[in-house]
Amino acid sequence: MTDRKPLYLMTPALVWLTAFMVVPCLLILALAFFRRGIYGGIEYTFTMENIALVFDPLYAGIFLKSAWIAGLSATIAVVIGYAAAYAIAAAPSRRQATLLFFAVLPFWSNYLVRTYAWIVMLNREGLVAGIAAWLGYDGELPKMLYTETAVVIGLVYNYLPFVILACYAPLSRLNPEIAEASRDLGGGGWTTFRRVILPMTVPGIATGFVFVFVLSIGNFVTPALLGGGQFQMIGNLVYAQFLTANDWPFGAALSMFLIAIMMGLLTLQTFATERASGARRED
Amino acid sequence: MFSKLKIIGAAAMGTGLALSASVAGAEKLVVSNWDGYMAPGAIDAFNEATGNEAELVLHGTNEEIMGKLIASKGKGYDVVFVSSPFAEVLHNLGLAEELDHDKIPNIENLYEQATQLSHDEGNTFSLPYAWGTTGLCYRSDLVEGTPDSWNDLLKPTDALSGKTTMLATDRWLLGAAMLANGYSVNTTDEDELATVRDQLIETKGTLLAYDDTTFYAKLVSGEAELVQAWDGWCNYGIAENADIKYIIPSEGSDLWVDTMVILKNSEHKEAAYAFVDFILDPANHGWAAENILYKVPNKPAMEALSEEFVTQFPNMGITPDQLLKYEQLRDVGEAQRAYSRTVSEIKAN
Repeated sequence: MTDRKPLYLMTPALVWLTAFMVVPCLLILALAFFRRGIYGGIEYTFTMENIALVFDPLYAGIFLKSAWIAGLSATIAVVIGYAAAYAIAAAPSRRQATLLFFAVLPFWSNYLVRTYAWIVMLNREGLVAGIAAWLGYDGELPKMLYTETAVVIGLVYNYLPFVILACYAPLSRLNPEIAEASRDLGGGGWTTFRRVILPMTVPGIATGFVFVFVLSIGNFVTPALLGGGQFQMIGNLVYAQFLTANDWPFGAALSMFLIAIMMGLLTLQTFATERASGARRED
Repeated sequence: MFSKLKIIGAAAMGTGLALSASVAGAEKLVVSNWDGYMAPGAIDAFNEATGNEAELVLHGTNEEIMGKLIASKGKGYDVVFVSSPFAEVLHNLGLAEELDHDKIPNIENLYEQATQLSHDEGNTFSLPYAWGTTGLCYRSDLVEGTPDSWNDLLKPTDALSGKTTMLATDRWLLGAAMLANGYSVNTTDEDELATVRDQLIETKGTLLAYDDTTFYAKLVSGEAELVQAWDGWCNYGIAENADIKYIIPSEGSDLWVDTMVILKNSEHKEAAYAFVDFILDPANHGWAAENILYKVPNKPAMEALSEEFVTQFPNMGITPDQLLKYEQLRDVGEAQRAYSRTVSEIKAN
């Protein structure tokens, strides 16, 4: 006799996900195969035109560009976040909770507010320029706001706490005796980190990286605000199709590809995590 | 057109509506407008004057309300405020009511020119609510000379480079380069669009940002010195700094018109007519001119503006005759996809 309890317990979540996640995604998928009406409505005739348009060099280029910005942001966030998580995990345990608290503190304020704060700091008449002037610098600073760099800064800053949390979890669970064993066997500090600690915390790194990448590639607020609208990321393109061009079918086609990329990455991440924990079991 | 409208001193509105007990014979009217685009008390005053139960709902953009109207075939709304190209679409889709002027006595208040608008001559399906131009808004104390050509924005001097912004919305962004080249602001010619695209890609390198909502604040802070702006919004900058000036470039402007449309599927047509008539009352229509600094096509309302006010905000004095010289933005139908693509090409470069 099988225990049916798990099924009952899962039902509300499954109903919720089906109604508000699976069904809307299927609707978007369906929409991608219809035509845009002359006046922006949807004409219910089948077409592959929207899907083909996604592969147009112009739009494929925007996908690549978005992936580049998201990948760069995720890499930087992982390097900074992993180091921070490592330091927190190495701190005396009574202080770790406080340090983690500070790491996630920015989440207490609104995403938009945090992004606007960067505008206040980076604009030509802003805080950074003000401090430079106060320090006696009287030349013109290079343009900081409304650049690709500003967008990457904004994305890294906003998503960094995710990486810290994701990396902290495996780091804090590491048995200190393992590192000790490595040293006893002659491994130096760097070797111990590279060959013992790092491989055991790959799941955290993968989770952090994929989180930042997935959240960044579809982001449209940060490129709009910190990029000054001067380059389009795929999120901005989708936004424009739905809200200004009134081209829902093409917007849907773009969304489907974005979702596909995200799902692919999440699958890879699960795979990496499985492999890492599998490897640990084999050891 | 005027998404995310910023209003000076208008409090949050739309509260306390339709809460009063149902009055016999009262009609529940649904009006959709941009936030802050009419007087905060307008709906209450209308309800009090007519015994109706109008309710205000807000839309952020034309596209947002159009999506809802197209999906619902216009049911659930009685009066909507949309920009003229969208009013045209509602008409083409058969969703706009053919207006019976006898039910709108205050239509008399409209300037004669406001009945000759190219998107709807004779106001058969739309009533103009506000109108104006798109031009250059600049810091006269920082910019050398008077920028009087679109090319002053598109090909800025070295001193101005990095200190200009352009509107981000497709039609106006493209419009600047269309006007500079002497094209129609509704051109669908491929070669013309290519020229416009190449010019704007070149211009992009000189811009501080594309900005639809805070360009006047950038002028006030000095971050930008010359921006592409709607005249009404330039006034928000002028209100804070008298050195900010507005000019229509020698190549001209587009004429934008925001309108009121009654939906054909409205179930409360009498009340809907009463509402648009109420808005066209100079006392109510004039509110938009005085408070959000937009020109309204209402003769007595504009004549009631003080001389001092028009001196402070010179573009409030642009006459209907001048306005009518400019080409209106029209719905471009299938060409919208080409427009979007052109904008993507510009922004992806």
